[in-house]
Amino acid sequence: MTSLDLLAAATALVAFSGLPGLLFRAGSNAAQRAATVLHVAGCSAGCAAAAWALAGAPVAVRFAWPLPGGSVTFALDRLSAFFLVPVFVIAGLGSIYGEGYWAETRHPENGRKLRAFYGLATASLAVVMAAGDAWAFLVGWEIVTLAAFFLVTTDQNDARALRAGWIYLVSAHVGTLALFAMFALLRDATGGWLLAPSAALGSSALLRPILLLALAGFGLKAGVIPLHVWLPDAHAAAPSHVSALLSGVVLKMGIYGLVRVFSMLPAYPAWLGLALVALGISSGVLGVVLALAQHDLKRLLAYHSIENIGIILIGLGVGVLGVAQGRPDWAVLGFAGALLHVWNHAAFKSLLFFSAGAVIHATGTREIDALGGLLRRMRLTGAAFLVGAVAICGLPPLNGFVSEWLITLGSFRALTNGGAGVGLLGAAAGAPALALIGALAVACFVKAFSAVFLGSPRSPRAAAVTGDAVRSMLAPMAALAAACAVIGLWPAGAARLGRDAAGALLLGRASEGAGADLTALGAIPLVLVAILAVLCAAAVAWARPAVRTTTWDCGYAAGSPRIQYTASSFGQMLVGLFRWAVLPDELRPRPDGPFPAPGPRFESHAPDPVLDRLVLPGLTRGRTFLGLARVIQAGRIQAYLLYIVVTLVILLAWSASS
Amino acid sequence: MSSIANLAAVLVLAPLLLGVINRTKAVVAGRSGPPLLQAYFDLAKLLRKGFVVSETTTWVFLAGPVVSVVAPAVAALLLPLGGRPSALSFTGDMILFVGVFSLARFFVAAAAMDTGSPFEGMGAAREVTFSALAEPALLFGLLALTRTSGSLSLTGMFDLGASHAWQKASASIVLVLASWFIVLLAENSRVPFDDPNTHLELTMVHEVMVLDHAGPAFGFIVYGAALKLAVFSSLLVLLLKPAASGSWALDLVLFSGGILAVGVVVGLVESSMARLRLVRIPQLLVTAALLAGFAVVLVLR
Repeated sequence: MTSLDLLAAATALVAFSGLPGLLFRAGSNAAQRAATVLHVAGCSAGCAAAAWALAGAPVAVRFAWPLPGGSVTFALDRLSAFFLVPVFVIAGLGSIYGEGYWAETRHPENGRKLRAFYGLATASLAVVMAAGDAWAFLVGWEIVTLAAFFLVTTDQNDARALRAGWIYLVSAHVGTLALFAMFALLRDATGGWLLAPSAALGSSALLRPILLLALAGFGLKAGVIPLHVWLPDAHAAAPSHVSALLSGVVLKMGIYGLVRVFSMLPAYPAWLGLALVALGISSGVLGVVLALAQHDLKRLLAYHSIENIGIILIGLGVGVLGVAQGRPDWAVLGFAGALLHVWNHAAFKSLLFFSAGAVIHATGTREIDALGGLLRRMRLTGAAFLVGAVAICGLPPLNGFVSEWLITLGSFRALTNGGAGVGLLGAAAGAPALALIGALAVACFVKAFSAVFLGSPRSPRAAAVTGDAVRSMLAPMAALAAACAVIGLWPAGAARLGRDAAGALLLGRASEGAGADLTALGAIPLVLVAILAVLCAAAVAWARPAVRTTTWDCGYAAGSPRIQYTASSFGQMLVGLFRWAVLPDELRPRPDGPFPAPGPRFESHAPDPVLDRLVLPGLTRGRTFLGLARVIQAGRIQAYLLYIVVTLVILLAWSASS
Repeated sequence: MSSIANLAAVLVLAPLLLGVINRTKAVVAGRSGPPLLQAYFDLAKLLRKGFVVSETTTWVFLAGPVVSVVAPAVAALLLPLGGRPSALSFTGDMILFVGVFSLARFFVAAAAMDTGSPFEGMGAAREVTFSALAEPALLFGLLALTRTSGSLSLTGMFDLGASHAWQKASASIVLVLASWFIVLLAENSRVPFDDPNTHLELTMVHEVMVLDHAGPAFGFIVYGAALKLAVFSSLLVLLLKPAASGSWALDLVLFSGGILAVGVVVGLVESSMARLRLVRIPQLLVTAALLAGFAVVLVLR
């Protein structure tokens, strides 16, 4: 038995985990229990397979296949295994979370459908990561897309969810189209469908179009600005554990696709690194700025996914520039940081979606300005959100700091040992950009955490919350918070894992001593946390006999929760600075007379600048023109067959004549 | 051992820096001003007082003051104070240096929001906004120093004598110096970004953010702010002082004198100009980032 066999068994188990439940009647607890048990068992086996592959040698298996391509190949190496770990961990924890969050008894109309497609999505993600050739990859990719569509539209009566689902489906297929073209060109350049390193690729004239198509197709899935149009709505509309899966794992499929293509190259062109750094900086900065302008808790988290994809791209860019400059010493830092950030983002973003989901479950609203004061009623959920918030801001001593530390150090490393040129400048730009992104993220998460959990409740809904989430929702949060802490406190081990997975990306350029910096952080976060814990305990002990009174209100006796600073006011100044990118919709009614009557209030909304300002208006305007094409779309199968025959005949004639 | 002694000296001297600034301002204004040691008296009084805590608050409210002291203390641990190697030095420590200040900002701002008061919300929002713009300037400066010294730790970076930074890249160092002075004023909420003297005005940043902290918690905040100012002043002194004399005591005296001299300069700035309008502040911070970015370009050519 190999790790691939175990993975195949795990994938099959996960894929069919939701099917037995379909035999039970709607609303049955047994259906839910069966799906969760099978899914968690499959995910545990999948984790074991991934761990095995991380430690062992790569394995591959090839089946003859009577369809185009001739065969289908599956391969499992360290890079695949590294990406498989979050797939199974997040999906497994998500299905436990779903027990409480989307309980069958509360959602009899769509709970079984959700579980069936959840299992299918997990399994097809595993297929994508374990694909050894373009066919297996694209088949897995397509099933993920379709399953994710049904997951986003779980609540099929919700118009917002349906809209988000359709936008997702259309844009995902635009991306798939780019991938079809990319794999076709790749086959032309390498002479086969295998996703294996190819020396012929380096001198191929097709290299540039292949890489550009990969950036477009995979970038669309990963949510790189300006290709992120599907992302915020889909994440916000889906059930929270599905949002966690989308953000923590499905986006990473795009990153996996990119690094898989990179690992096939014999050398990196320098422009690729510069493009990655530029895309990363724009996604990172604009993602967090757009997040600052949101009122919807899950949309805010969704924009932070864009930001984190930006950070990963900066890391990849630093790595690619390092290899292109013949400097594995900083390339390994960039790649290891980028890959480790894939894990880290999966951990803290799922943690945030789980805890945000618990808040939404308890209050019934995603509106940040309707929440507040929840930390005292939902202690553990609040603590989990705080851990996730500190981690996502890249603050010591949690896991986000470790990966951002690696990428920043790679950026600094680029400026040592002389050298000059635009490549160095590109790599060096990573450090201040990460600092800006991190500082803006601090602003955004102080806003989100304090508006939701601190102060006093801003609405009756928030005030009516009586208790914390149920245990099946708290346990996955605890596991993820522990993961954030372990990676943060044991940075050397995590960095080595990232380095090992990144081996294939160095294109054989690694040398002795490259990556000695990886372990420099050592036990320092541990010391920091020990000092903080001791002092916090001392402060709490000191403060025990404190006098409790109201917040200082300047003697105004009729204070109410409405006087609190809202999330919108908190972000207003930064959003104002980036008005050129956010393009908010504002309603500013002018008060008239000395005693203005209560009328329309000031309102500010931040629709997505690309989707709602560019894509949708553009498509609406183009509708009359595109309507002309409906003439050939008659809805008759015979006509479509005729088109295919005619096209084939023309192609045949063309290929015969040339 | 001498590194630890230098660290202890900075920890003890930090509140004196506030006294020096206030005395400078008083002298310029023709007043006699509070005693130089007033900050120590205040701290002693605050630590002896009882706690008064708002009913809305949670444990986050207490975490803010604690982190605000630990963060600059850890940062001081990483700096080569007084020309001695830092007490804790490793490859990439400058990233932790920046990180701990962000951690402190997160918790101090969250503690402010915990009170549910609009004043504190306003202060916290401004604090996180201004710091977000100041952070790239700090990183650009560190990048320039990495390039001139070839070192990836603060101790190596600030060994300007060994790296001949003033001889090789004096223009860059001057630019970084100017940029970091602006960052110092912004990060520590001094004029022209904030006026530490105006209590309960809607124009303030730091002071209004800690309005509800009382007694020992406020003592922690005051000491943390003084230490942060001392650490940022140390950055400037380290840039200006290229060589060590070899004598530990002399170096320490020179270094402490340098930190207090930065205090005098800050006091002179506060005496000679008014607060900027709020909308002008981001522009000045972007200027600081551009100055330091220019320094990087100069050493990269």
